[in-house]
Amino acid sequence: MSEDYNDNKTIHAQSSETMGGGSAGVTPDMDYVRPAEIADQDLYHGHSFITKWIFCQDAKVIGVQYFLLATFTGVVGLILSWLMRLQLGFPGAAGFVTAEHYYQFVTMHGMIMVVYFLTALFLGGFGNYLIPLMVGARDMVFPYLNMVSFWSFFVAVAVLMASFFVPGGPTGAGWTLYPPQTILEGTPGSGAGILLMCLSLILFVAGFTMGGLNYLITVLQARTRGMTLMRMPLTVWGIFTATVLAMLAFPALLVGALMMSLDKVLGTSFFMPTILKAGEVLEYGGGSPILFQHLFWFFGHPEVYIVALPAFGIISDLISVHARKNIFGYRMMVWAIVGIGALSFFVWAHHMYVSGMNPWFGFFFATTTLIIAVPTAMKVYNWILTLWRGNIRMNTVMLWCLGFIVTFVNGGITGIFLGNVSVDVPLSDTYFVVAHFHMVMGIAPLMVIMGAIYHWFPLVAGRFLSEKLGKWHFWLTFLGAYSIYFPMHYLGFIGVPRRYYEMYDSPYVTSAVGMNEFISLAAFLVGAAQFILIYNIIKTLKTGKPAGKNPWKANSLEWLTPTVPPEHGNWGDRLPVVHRWPYDFSVPGAKDDYITQTTPPSEVSNTGVEKT
Amino acid sequence: MSEPKIEGIELKPGFKGMAEDTGSDQTMFKGVHWGKAMMWIFLLSDTFIFSCFLIAYMKGRGSTPVEWPNPSEVFALDAFGVPVPLLLIAIMTFVLITSSGTMALAVKYGYEKNRKMCGWLVLATAIGGLTFVGMQAFEWSKLIHEGVRPWENPFGAPQFGSFFFMITGFHGTHVSIGVIFLFIYAYKVFAGHYDQQKRGWFTSMKGDYVEIEILGLYWHFVDLVWVFIFAFFYLW
Repeated sequence: MSEDYNDNKTIHAQSSETMGGGSAGVTPDMDYVRPAEIADQDLYHGHSFITKWIFCQDAKVIGVQYFLLATFTGVVGLILSWLMRLQLGFPGAAGFVTAEHYYQFVTMHGMIMVVYFLTALFLGGFGNYLIPLMVGARDMVFPYLNMVSFWSFFVAVAVLMASFFVPGGPTGAGWTLYPPQTILEGTPGSGAGILLMCLSLILFVAGFTMGGLNYLITVLQARTRGMTLMRMPLTVWGIFTATVLAMLAFPALLVGALMMSLDKVLGTSFFMPTILKAGEVLEYGGGSPILFQHLFWFFGHPEVYIVALPAFGIISDLISVHARKNIFGYRMMVWAIVGIGALSFFVWAHHMYVSGMNPWFGFFFATTTLIIAVPTAMKVYNWILTLWRGNIRMNTVMLWCLGFIVTFVNGGITGIFLGNVSVDVPLSDTYFVVAHFHMVMGIAPLMVIMGAIYHWFPLVAGRFLSEKLGKWHFWLTFLGAYSIYFPMHYLGFIGVPRRYYEMYDSPYVTSAVGMNEFISLAAFLVGAAQFILIYNIIKTLKTGKPAGKNPWKANSLEWLTPTVPPEHGNWGDRLPVVHRWPYDFSVPGAKDDYITQTTPPSEVSNTGVEKT
Repeated sequence: MSEPKIEGIELKPGFKGMAEDTGSDQTMFKGVHWGKAMMWIFLLSDTFIFSCFLIAYMKGRGSTPVEWPNPSEVFALDAFGVPVPLLLIAIMTFVLITSSGTMALAVKYGYEKNRKMCGWLVLATAIGGLTFVGMQAFEWSKLIHEGVRPWENPFGAPQFGSFFFMITGFHGTHVSIGVIFLFIYAYKVFAGHYDQQKRGWFTSMKGDYVEIEILGLYWHFVDLVWVFIFAFFYLW
């Protein structure tokens, strides 16, 4: 089996005028780019409404579908948070928010926001739309699989939402779903609710795996000519690394969810110890609840970075474009993303300091947790150094970027408190924890999402979102979010426990009551402010200012398509050829303050541009 | 296997070549089919699933307060009145490993565009897999007949049945999915879909014999996982 099937492995290069005669043996001229080694992608073009907009194989449409569905679940999560804040700020004001309902709202809010909103939005939404455009591919490498991925997500969301309507309602065990109480009578939704939750998670993981394979192979195997890994925008690096994490972390969630369903349905005792209930021994026995915690957090901690890494990547690109400066320390940024991703698999038990584990484990996990602060701090310094002496455009996008840096640093610093065992133990399960993770993985990624929407909306829809409404949206959200979460740190310090339905006459009441009311009012305001964006989008689609090509004067490929918004296949007849990284802004001697990735070196040979 | 070749690009061997490929444009794995790269990454993810299962099993077996059943007694099969430990499992394992061999040959003949041989070997692999699933069904029904249930069993710790049915069931599902695809691919090979580059039913992508190798990767992986399950359940 030597010569017979070489044809399968030989890929014929396509000739192109940009090759510049760089065949072997001849010194390549300065514009030489290696010839094409992958055949042009064979795409299925939809003809009917259904194949173009519903069961569509175009990654851009799938990205928008992910975006819309994730936003829908996000609005559901937002409404749940309103109901919780209503009860916490004004106990009993809404009669239907009983203790059971409160726990159900807490659980569903957490699960929806982390998995079905943020993960789906960053990876499914931005990942699908941006990866093929940014690496110069015509589409994702497996368009059909990509379509199935979205529809699995759709079914997962449908199953999740169905749990609101089954007898007993959705599960109320907290988003961590800790057994044994999750599946025992007395916990709200311990019947059909938890089963639908597990089923929905399994469907989500299956769907995500299909999407994730697409993102990874598109980045690894389908870049355009000249696009090396170290010329990719950091957005792609962030989404790529987050996808790697997801591919390795979601299996633990899948296994945990499956075992939990078996404990519920078949009466196995994977996670169930011997339990005495009202003097009677239940049929369960011999299992380990801690095992579930390990499985859950082996997924749960990387999940934090699955949300954070795409945010890191996107913010780097936004800051660079709108400060008209190259990103400071690009390679450092890439390695920090990769390093954070790798480290995130060695820190999971810092969520379990109070589970009674061996103190040496606590020591180990505290150490690894604090080590993560190093690459993360490097990234923050680099964002600030990118802004330093930049030609900053103070537009809505930049405001969101600055908001991100502030909220992220804030949430990161409280993370250092909680990473240390001795500090964590008294703060565990207080509002300090709630404030920490909402700041670092709620508000901070949300700032990035908003910035990204204002940045890329002109590409997707061809029109600018209103700056005036955008600034209202930003300031209400930013100041409001601080009003919500800053006081929560204080509530945590005075010992107010989280997940409590009501404080009743506990000694906290005197100082906590007024603060809880204030937080709730701020939460109503911030939630309402998000509808400014929805109004802005609807208004813009009708009457917004047309954006035209490359309105932000950016360098990366997604702005350089022949048509705006890009069509199916992205690039018309000819794929782009890349000659540089996407951060050549304000190069000394250059005609414009930006040099696009497709500009050949010979056109800018008399400038101070560096080889990248 | 022949080395991948790309016109106009010199591929270097060894670590240096790997570093050069990583730093290059377009592709990281030079000349590797998209689907093949995808299958490798999927299998990595699937490895994590089975690892989670097996680690959970080790934890469960280690921490249960009731004694674990003795596998050489539970899994013994009576042959001519003598209980032989692990008899059925030995046959099952032999069949499955053999099917890996036929799969590897199918890949070879596929690349040689030997349609008939390739088709027969894929079919043989499918039948091997089907035999395995059948024997597993027999083993399950024997254990169920003896009173082993996911929630209890007469031999000792109830977690024995829980983990056994869950993990072999999950693996058996993998084998069954593989068998279904093997039958479909056998049909596609015999019908000449790969020679004519006929478009797929769902994906509408052009067919190619590389698909046999991709399915082969999956099949070898399923066999490899079985070796671990075999070691952890039957030999421990």
